[in-house]
Amino acid sequence: MSAVPTTSPLQARRRLRGRLGDLSLHGLTLAAALACLVLVGAIAWKIVALAGPSFDRFGLGFVTARAWDPVKHVFGALPFIYGTAVSSLVALVIATPLAIAIGLYLSELAPRGVRGIVGSLVELLAAIPSVVLGLWGILVLGPFLAHHVEPWLHSTLGFIPLFGDPQQTGQGLFTAAVILTIMIVPIVASISRELFLGVPSDLEEGALALGATRWEMVRGVILPATRSGIAAAVILGLGRAVGEAIAVTQVIGGGTRIGWSLFPPADTLASKIASSYQGAGSGIETSSLLYLAAILLVLGLIANLIAQVIVRRFDPLRGTRE
Amino acid sequence: MSRYRRRRVMNRAMEVLATVAALVAVAALAVVVISVARRGAGAVSWDFFTKPQALFGQPGGGIANALVGTALLVLLATAMALPVGVLTAIYLTEFAPRRLAVPIQVVIDVLAGLPTIVIGIFVYALLVIGHTQSGYAGAFALAVIMLPLIARATQEVLLLVPGTLREASLALGVRRWRTVVGVILPSSVGGILTGTVLAVARAAGETAPLLFTSSIFANTVQTDVTKALPNIPVLIFTYSEQPDPALHQQAWAAALVLMAFVLVASLAAKALLARSRRKLAR
Repeated sequence: MSAVPTTSPLQARRRLRGRLGDLSLHGLTLAAALACLVLVGAIAWKIVALAGPSFDRFGLGFVTARAWDPVKHVFGALPFIYGTAVSSLVALVIATPLAIAIGLYLSELAPRGVRGIVGSLVELLAAIPSVVLGLWGILVLGPFLAHHVEPWLHSTLGFIPLFGDPQQTGQGLFTAAVILTIMIVPIVASISRELFLGVPSDLEEGALALGATRWEMVRGVILPATRSGIAAAVILGLGRAVGEAIAVTQVIGGGTRIGWSLFPPADTLASKIASSYQGAGSGIETSSLLYLAAILLVLGLIANLIAQVIVRRFDPLRGTRE
Repeated sequence: MSRYRRRRVMNRAMEVLATVAALVAVAALAVVVISVARRGAGAVSWDFFTKPQALFGQPGGGIANALVGTALLVLLATAMALPVGVLTAIYLTEFAPRRLAVPIQVVIDVLAGLPTIVIGIFVYALLVIGHTQSGYAGAFALAVIMLPLIARATQEVLLLVPGTLREASLALGVRRWRTVVGVILPSSVGGILTGTVLAVARAAGETAPLLFTSSIFANTVQTDVTKALPNIPVLIFTYSEQPDPALHQQAWAAALVLMAFVLVASLAAKALLARSRRKLAR
């Protein structure tokens, strides 16, 4: 640049302005990006800091302790970990095959006109606010399950301890699991549809040309090619189920029971926190609630990172240029 | 031949199963929407929108205070999340070197996947403990939820801007910042807008972040953001936990209003998104 013989003051000023503009936009956007980093750091730090007193008092034994007694100041997370695990796993067991089947229908079977409509309807299901789903769960779904589905399951499959005596109110683990299923099916289904559509059509056509039926093509080509992507989708769904607070709080009933049957009321980590919103009594109780939040945070982070690692194996620089 | 038939029957059975699965999902949506509409429609009236909540135990009343509060909360949250989200996306697509882009991307995805109750309790710990619940605390919690959604949506449209457009601008000697402000942003503003609308739809229905930050509120119209703002999701939540059928009726009607807003906004945003994508791809 210095080889340019003369630079008028006007040009120099303009160049300076250009450089300043570049610098300030770069600086501004960098600041915003760093703010995101700081935010996530602050979330982790603040929650761990406030869980501190409870951690000092109960240590890691908190995770396996069964009591939650605000009167005696004894707190433990096991009932809520149990509730979280059971409700999310049941939801996942119902939702995964359903969502994969929907993904296959939308990518392979549906006629052109239907495809877009059914696809957006499935996505709309994910848009329903969880509090509305919870309201429906507590007043419509719960009583229906309690009076029709649970007695039937108990009488036909009652020899399995999972299907114990039905509940009168319809509030319980099973209702929560059904609500969670409704919430995670659209998530997993839309991701699987995208995955299935991404399978090279050469491979699909090759299989069909070799005489495979459509189902054999799905089993032999599409599912193996998208296996890890489906795993990531399922883990994302699991993360959603584990973290859902509101709808679960509305339908799960609350309690610290641990047992085989799916029907009685319980609590998840998230629902225990949500249902205590009107103020915990003592400092140690609040701190224990934050300890629950910290466990939830760790679980959420693990699910998230595993899913991201799986996704990024294919696309390490998704969303950036160059 | 029987082997061939078995394979065809299997194929047919799987096709039927997949179709049934899709029908089940659509039926679930229909059942929820119809039961909310049927139970809620009766209580929706002019008074319902213009009157605040009735005092405890008294009949009648509406959701005017919660409507105003939700609008304020979401507006404030958008004002906080939109600039940060868009700027972050610009940084990621235009400036970031690899070793910074990857961790920031990871952090945004982590933020998007955090349980909303965890975000609620974080804001509670940050802004409410030692003070009181307030509108700005609630709005901040909602903004944390909107931020990754807006950042991702913006990133997606920025990446859709044809590289030739950017190169043409740079080749003309236009400065980078002018290229971003004058060329790239104007051609992606439609996509950013629809991403924001989707985030607003999501935030309007979020309850968990507000439980700890803006849930104990007066039943009058409140516009002071230093106090807890009444809002629709928490109203539905607290009414649904009450045994009183009159409150359930109000909850259904509020749910109908909320759901109609969220579904219409999502549909409109998706239609717009498809349109602006087509425009960019051309």
